[in-house]
Amino acid sequence: MVVAAIPVSTTGSAHTLGGRNLRLDRGTRSIISDLTFETASGQVLVLRGANGSGKTSLLRILAGLTIPDAGAVLWNGERMKALSSTWRSSALYLGHTNALKDDFTAQENLVDALSIDGINVEPAAQLAALDSVGLLDRRRVLTRRLSQGQKRRVGLARLALALSQTPRKPVWLLDEPTNALDSQGVSLFTRLISDHLDRGGIACIATHLALNLASPVKEMNLDSPLDVAP
Amino acid sequence: MTVAAGLHHFPETPALAPERGFVVALARDMRLAARSKGEVVQALAFFVVVVSLFPLAIGPESALLKRIAPGVVWVAALLSVLLTLPRVFANDYADGTLEQLVLSVYPLPVLAAGKMTAHWLMSGLPLAVLSPVLGLQFGLQSGELTVLFASLMLGTPVLSIIGAIGAALTLGVRGGSILLALLVLPLYIPVLIFGAGAVEQAMVAIDYSANLSLLGAILLLGGLVAPLAAAAAVRISLD
Repeated sequence: MVVAAIPVSTTGSAHTLGGRNLRLDRGTRSIISDLTFETASGQVLVLRGANGSGKTSLLRILAGLTIPDAGAVLWNGERMKALSSTWRSSALYLGHTNALKDDFTAQENLVDALSIDGINVEPAAQLAALDSVGLLDRRRVLTRRLSQGQKRRVGLARLALALSQTPRKPVWLLDEPTNALDSQGVSLFTRLISDHLDRGGIACIATHLALNLASPVKEMNLDSPLDVAP
Repeated sequence: MTVAAGLHHFPETPALAPERGFVVALARDMRLAARSKGEVVQALAFFVVVVSLFPLAIGPESALLKRIAPGVVWVAALLSVLLTLPRVFANDYADGTLEQLVLSVYPLPVLAAGKMTAHWLMSGLPLAVLSPVLGLQFGLQSGELTVLFASLMLGTPVLSIIGAIGAALTLGVRGGSILLALLVLPLYIPVLIFGAGAVEQAMVAIDYSANLSLLGAILLLGGLVAPLAAAAAVRISLD
């Protein structure tokens, strides 16, 4: 097992997230087989691979939504029980659906997502977050009338607010977060990720885009998961 | 720089009151229901129409109508609740917010209990409130109407909580609504028997309190077990 160098700060704890011999079968097909990897605070793990190569499945396993057929998710070197309360308060998962209610406005969806996470945010902070993703003048529009890219931006507003929260969730698990985003949206996303990493966060991102980040980017190709580029 | 010093620090989550999740889920589903009032009104209208069909089909024979009234109102209530069950989890499942609820910092059973309560407030409670008016149509006396109302007030929450388990189990299943009915209706039988039975006993002036007590007992037991079962079913459906 390869143990990555962990940047240890004197004031707080650094984290590691990894998988050990993960296997996932669906019917007779093996989606993930014997996958071992590790990533640490300040690092981003980018999942690459063709459609159907198991990027979403891996993110769902890391989130705890899917139980792997074998192996374990390791959090700080220890086996993490799926959906334990520690894990639920440590990981933020944005799936390939936008997880927005069509009948809520952009702002209501933001408040809804945060309240599910046990967070109450001042209206001023909500507006600031919506402004930062360019949705301030669309905040009262029902989500069903927003474009795909604008829906994605509501998710970005959530990430922006998650950044300013204490306690902050150290792990972000993002499934194709840049889908339908324009170039300005992508650079906004990149800034959020680098802020998260600068503060010692971990991000696992399934994406086809090349992310322009200053922080170390680990790429894992799920088509041939053995070659994990440092 | 104090900011830089704290960068790698993730303090432990402060103890969060888990029961707050009940309020969060309840308020959320109530707000969503308020956005689609049509669904609530439609289920209620369905209840009224089904109950009103029986006098038309059977004819104006008041003794017979009165005899079948408890059963008719109860069966109609049961079917009306059944129609609204997909609202509990299916919409959240379709748009991905159910995953967020599962990953919420609040325990899923607490959130599920909130959703069940919201479902009852939007389906069972309006039925129970309306039932005395429909009972009048069948010539029930005031004492019998009170028992009908009481039996529905105790029984319809059970329909919501048992139904929510079935709704969670059939998430993402093709032809789920028929399967849901087949799964849930047999489980509704005890509620139907005790609920309609209480009104029938009141009509022949027998002590009906045992039936109501049994409904209350089912409600208490179900209220404890159903949120746990529904939470487990949701997790399985999402896997």
